Amino acid sequence: MKLTFIDWTVMVIYFVFVLGIGFALKRYMKTSTDFFLSGRSIPAWITGLAFISANLGAQEVIGMGASGAKYGIATSHFYWIGAIPAMAFIGVFMMPFYYGSRARSVPEYLKLRFDEKTRGFNAFSFALMTVLSSGISLYAMGLLLETLLGWNFSFSILIAAAIVLVYVFLGGLTSAIYNEVLQFFLIVFGFAPLVFLGLKDVGGWSGLQMRLATVATSNGFAPGAMSHSWKFMGSPSSNPMGIEWFGLAMGLGFVLSFGYWCTDFLVVQRAMAAKSMSAARRTPLIAAIPKMLFPFLVILPGMIAIALTYKTGGSGFSLPKKADGTFEYNMAIPLMLGHYFPTGMLGVGLTALMASFMSGMAGNVTAFNTVWTYDIYQSYIKRGASDQHYLWMGRMATVFGIAISIAAAYVTTRFNNIMDMLQLVFAFVNAPLLATFLLGMFWKRTTGHGAFIGLIAGTIGAAIHHGLSLPAGGQPGVKGGWFGVLHVYPSELAQAFWTAIFAWSACFVVTIIVSALTKARREQELKGLVYSLTERTTEDNLPWYQRPAVLAVIIVAAAIVLNIIFW
Amino acid sequence: MQLDIRLPIGLMFTVLGLLLVVVGAFLRPNDHAVNVDLWWGAVMLIFGVVMFLFGRRGTATARLTEESSEGQRIEEMEHRSGLES
Repeated sequence: MKLTFIDWTVMVIYFVFVLGIGFALKRYMKTSTDFFLSGRSIPAWITGLAFISANLGAQEVIGMGASGAKYGIATSHFYWIGAIPAMAFIGVFMMPFYYGSRARSVPEYLKLRFDEKTRGFNAFSFALMTVLSSGISLYAMGLLLETLLGWNFSFSILIAAAIVLVYVFLGGLTSAIYNEVLQFFLIVFGFAPLVFLGLKDVGGWSGLQMRLATVATSNGFAPGAMSHSWKFMGSPSSNPMGIEWFGLAMGLGFVLSFGYWCTDFLVVQRAMAAKSMSAARRTPLIAAIPKMLFPFLVILPGMIAIALTYKTGGSGFSLPKKADGTFEYNMAIPLMLGHYFPTGMLGVGLTALMASFMSGMAGNVTAFNTVWTYDIYQSYIKRGASDQHYLWMGRMATVFGIAISIAAAYVTTRFNNIMDMLQLVFAFVNAPLLATFLLGMFWKRTTGHGAFIGLIAGTIGAAIHHGLSLPAGGQPGVKGGWFGVLHVYPSELAQAFWTAIFAWSACFVVTIIVSALTKARREQELKGLVYSLTERTTEDNLPWYQRPAVLAVIIVAAAIVLNIIFW
Repeated sequence: MQLDIRLPIGLMFTVLGLLLVVVGAFLRPNDHAVNVDLWWGAVMLIFGVVMFLFGRRGTATARLTEESSEGQRIEEMEHRSGLES
């Protein structure tokens, strides 16, 4: 893929604006609250767009395009059941506690609701996981730009890291949020013409369906398996995802999706920066609207890519294959950009791709520096220092957080397996969290000991389940089965979903048992932290389109309609 | 907030849109039926200008009351009600 002077100009213009926002915001960063929470002053539409943009990292754009090529329209499950219901739930039911408790981070909510050890467990695992995953996405970006454009690996990751460093260092969370909004629009404008040109090329949705039938039948599925999202979910062997409807709905639709959208500080932090309770509650609901439409932006190009690849007679586009004969699915979107875009638009598309990497990384970095400063440094290393000191610490945390990410990116190039294992361990730690939050927020009897032991039990439950199961065709090791193989799942996705279900159940049951056996906290102390002890906020004074409950109903209804259309 | 985000977004898309329109119109670097640079550049340009204008309108700036007709009306009312001499 060849870039011209025009494409470079587009990139430079973008970088100038991104850095400019950082410099413009520098003088407003006077207190630690400004730096870590944007002074809780941002309007809902901005925090809403930042809410999805922070999640719109590398995994999203590249990964969902790849899944589109691999699984077809069923990838939309990651959105229509794997995100929308959870986003509606956090906005309506959970945000009142996050925002209302004035906690400055998700771990800090755990401290207020439970105790120090539960917070500590969550803070340390989250901080470590965040910097490492930002390292892994840096690695992915470096690798992509190297294969696509022949750029030097170190050059591209250092430039991207330096830009993120400068704008977060100067403008803190506000800078990250503002840039996420900018990146959101860039990604939409950069990819929309790709969908248009691609669909035009394959003859619209009906043409695409016809082509995908060829793809599905050549892989041994029914002709409609890649253009229907639910129809073939009856049994794992009849759809490319290799999962049945129950594992999908419970594992992805409930445990993984609610676990991510409702407890991950990376996204919750955006809502915490909102200027009022109602703006905080509307944040995930506003975010859900574009989120619902993203499948068309990121999954369709992947589906078009695989359809063109299988076209007999040659279409001028085909996905390259890896050494083992499987397709290089991750290249679907990047190669489509090169195939359809002329110089100029190509610059915009590639810049959008880089923007997605950077917004994901900035999201990780801002979540890390906050948890590090408030939940680790202020709690365990240096208490009672001046606010200015913590502001300084936040800036330092930004620097070394990014330094660790870069180091992690290099480690990944050498030892791919170490990173796979770390990610696995984090998945174990993360999977049960949702049970802790649900019980903590909706059952006043839940105790700190219950929460802590439940989390440990859930983590161990996840590890045991993973250690006893294996995806079809996998070797015992990082893929599971290291205790011995009791059950073989039809696909890695199925195994991941069921691991989450087991972890959640273990945590849920153990938390209840231990809570029942330990002394409950006085109800007085739990006001504002637990559903039954918190006054409902009345939002009668707001117009209907600003009321969280009304918005949530509209969004969920729209998601159901989309599911039916693509059934 | 202190800086209206719509201003930089508007500016950036205006600049990018202009660039693409110019490239599309004069270089025509395209073998598709659609001149993507020209048309999509125009869309980006319009989006940029609209964002920028909204940002400008949304930004609170201090102006003298007599500069706008609305301000003049208020001054007049204040005169009549005796709030101001």
